[in-house]
Amino acid sequence: MNRQLFAYITHQNGVANDSAFELAAAAKKISADTSVTAIVTGKGEGLTKVCEQASSAFAKVWKIEDDAFAYPNAELIRALILKILPEKSVILLAHDTFGMDLGPGLSIKLNASFISDVVNIEGTDGDALKTVRQEYSGQVSTHISCDIADGAVINIRPGAFKPEEASIGGKIEDKSSEAAGIAAKRKYVKTIEAEVGDVDITKSEVLVSIGRGIEDEDNIEIAQELADAIGADVSCSRPIVDAKWLEKSRQVGTSGQTVKPKVYIALGISGSFQHLGGIKGSPFMVAVNKNANAPIFQVADIGITDDLLDFVPVLTEKIEKL
Amino acid sequence: MEILVCVKRAPDTLENEITVNKDGTNIEQEDLVYSVNEWDNYAVEEAIQIRDKVGGSVTVVTVGDEDAEEVLRREMAMGADNGILISDKAFENSDGKGIASILKAEIEKGKYDLILTGAQADDGAGQIGGMLAAMLDLPYASLVNKIDSEDGKLTIGREIEGGAQEINEIELPCVLSIQTGINEPRYVGIRGIRKVASIEIPVRTASDLGLDTNAVGDAGAKVKKLDYFIPETGDGAEMLTGSQEEIADKLIELLKAKGGMK
Ligand SMILES: Cc1cc2nc3c(=O)[nH]c(=O)nc-3n(C[C@H](O)[C@H](O)[C@H](O)COP(=O)(O)OP(=O)(O)OC[C@H]3O[C@@H](n4cnc5c(N)ncnc54)[C@H](O)[C@@H]3O)c2cc1C
Ligand SMILES: Nc1ncnc2c1ncn2[C@@H]1O[C@H](COP(=O)(O)O)[C@@H](O)[C@H]1O
Repeated sequence: MNRQLFAYITHQNGVANDSAFELAAAAKKISADTSVTAIVTGKGEGLTKVCEQASSAFAKVWKIEDDAFAYPNAELIRALILKILPEKSVILLAHDTFGMDLGPGLSIKLNASFISDVVNIEGTDGDALKTVRQEYSGQVSTHISCDIADGAVINIRPGAFKPEEASIGGKIEDKSSEAAGIAAKRKYVKTIEAEVGDVDITKSEVLVSIGRGIEDEDNIEIAQELADAIGADVSCSRPIVDAKWLEKSRQVGTSGQTVKPKVYIALGISGSFQHLGGIKGSPFMVAVNKNANAPIFQVADIGITDDLLDFVPVLTEKIEKL
Repeated sequence: MEILVCVKRAPDTLENEITVNKDGTNIEQEDLVYSVNEWDNYAVEEAIQIRDKVGGSVTVVTVGDEDAEEVLRREMAMGADNGILISDKAFENSDGKGIASILKAEIEKGKYDLILTGAQADDGAGQIGGMLAAMLDLPYASLVNKIDSEDGKLTIGREIEGGAQEINEIELPCVLSIQTGINEPRYVGIRGIRKVASIEIPVRTASDLGLDTNAVGDAGAKVKKLDYFIPETGDGAEMLTGSQEEIADKLIELLKAKGGMK
């Protein structure tokens, strides 16, 4: 079959994101013997380095350098991809805040199918691609069959595919001339970095982290008392910040802070991939959740099925008496 | 400003533990409580706040069965001016592209300056907003967590990785998908819902919208859900058992051993 495979590579400061190599691994699962082309856009010195890194995992690298792509504005990148992508191609994107911005609209313009946030690829049967997705923050999974005869845009969940050691030595081709005349009705202005809060949870060795299971702002005290007793800091999942119960700087996750504690105690947190994506360095993880099937129990070391509002005060009291 | 907000009726994950039904064809429906998709409340709140500042109207629209009317009423109780229910047997099992093309057909019947969706749904794929924008040929931004409106143009913030915010200028009309946390959605009580109980909500069918029923619903879907399942969990956590006291004692020993206590 003559299906061409592509991957759009994102990068920062001259380094390809990990997702680049994960996309290469995912592409292999669609077709092991099709060579895959990486598309790398940007501006400036680092770009060549990124292309070289990509060439270790991809047979071909299309390098497109232009002022317009100094920052990856999804609306501009879409226009570019529409111009350069052969008909009926399959293109893989990382399901991060850029891929979420680009993927759905790109699929419409390509008249291709779209599959979002894929966690596994089981293979193809003719034009039917079988993938796995999750719903409800990972509480259940689904098999998805997708007709890719007219092409597809496939968003791959960061961290779901293991990159392989590779040294393909792919060929880098400069396609910068394709950038001419690309325009969009949305303009990137600037990036505002995250605010620094009162406590820097990225440096904490022990974190007591609360999620929606804390149920009420007043209950945060329960977690704070445990944290005080063991010498930990309090962090949280996103809904706690959305509710304005804690500062944004306390949020663990892809859109919050990346933490590297030795011990992570998750209280009433379901274990969504965006939350887990902010926990690095394989800490010893304890999860307290009243739902025995909560996805967090798949990744925690120690699980306790209980109402945290009952259990945690018992625990704290015992520790205080030690 | 004429604002349209797309809203979806979805299982409420706060009220339910989601499990798979016996034959794996769906999630377990027994005792399932539905509500408005969490993200959509933020979108409607934002629309109401913009309208209250610059004038205009807010319309909420949903594609669903007759039960979906309740989410429209809820959002109207929040302050949306109009509701539209798009409902037809032919729409069942639509994929994302199907839902987006149904919404597109309705949107083209009106004249909207701003179209908002939620960034994603718990049972969705974060796709409708972006698809809709592309179909309508309008500029799009996802994961929006701030909107400032000036004449003919918006300055918006997008939530990106690491707690950072990406500021963009975007021309009107446009489509934005709204991220949670952009505002604090107002509370809706029973009395609020009662107040809007008698407002007429128009229902649109495939033929009202001039839609080819082969292009939507099951017939038009290129992306199909085959089944639901609970994944193999690998090793998983070691679950502590016993009384609360016993579990606490075991946990204290573990925390001591792992450096979790100072
Ligand atoms: C682009 C994007 C970025 C995101 N970034 C982040 C991020 O950086 N960080 C983040 O955390 N999320 C992020 N999210 C949100 C994420 O998808 C989840 O919605 C969120 O992590 C869920 O938080 P939670 O686990 O606290 O809540 P829920 O998923 O609602 O889970 C609450 C849990 O508490 C349990 N529970 C309830 N009551 C009790 C009780 N009394 N005792 C014990 N257990 C109880 C429930 O069983 C449930 O498992 C992001 C989402 C998007 C779309
Ligand atoms: N059936 C529907 N009717 C109206 N709007 C919808 C529908 N499904 C999804 N949406 C909108 O699209 C957003 C993203 O949903 P999804 O792409 O399904 O994750 C939701 O927050 C809604 O704003």
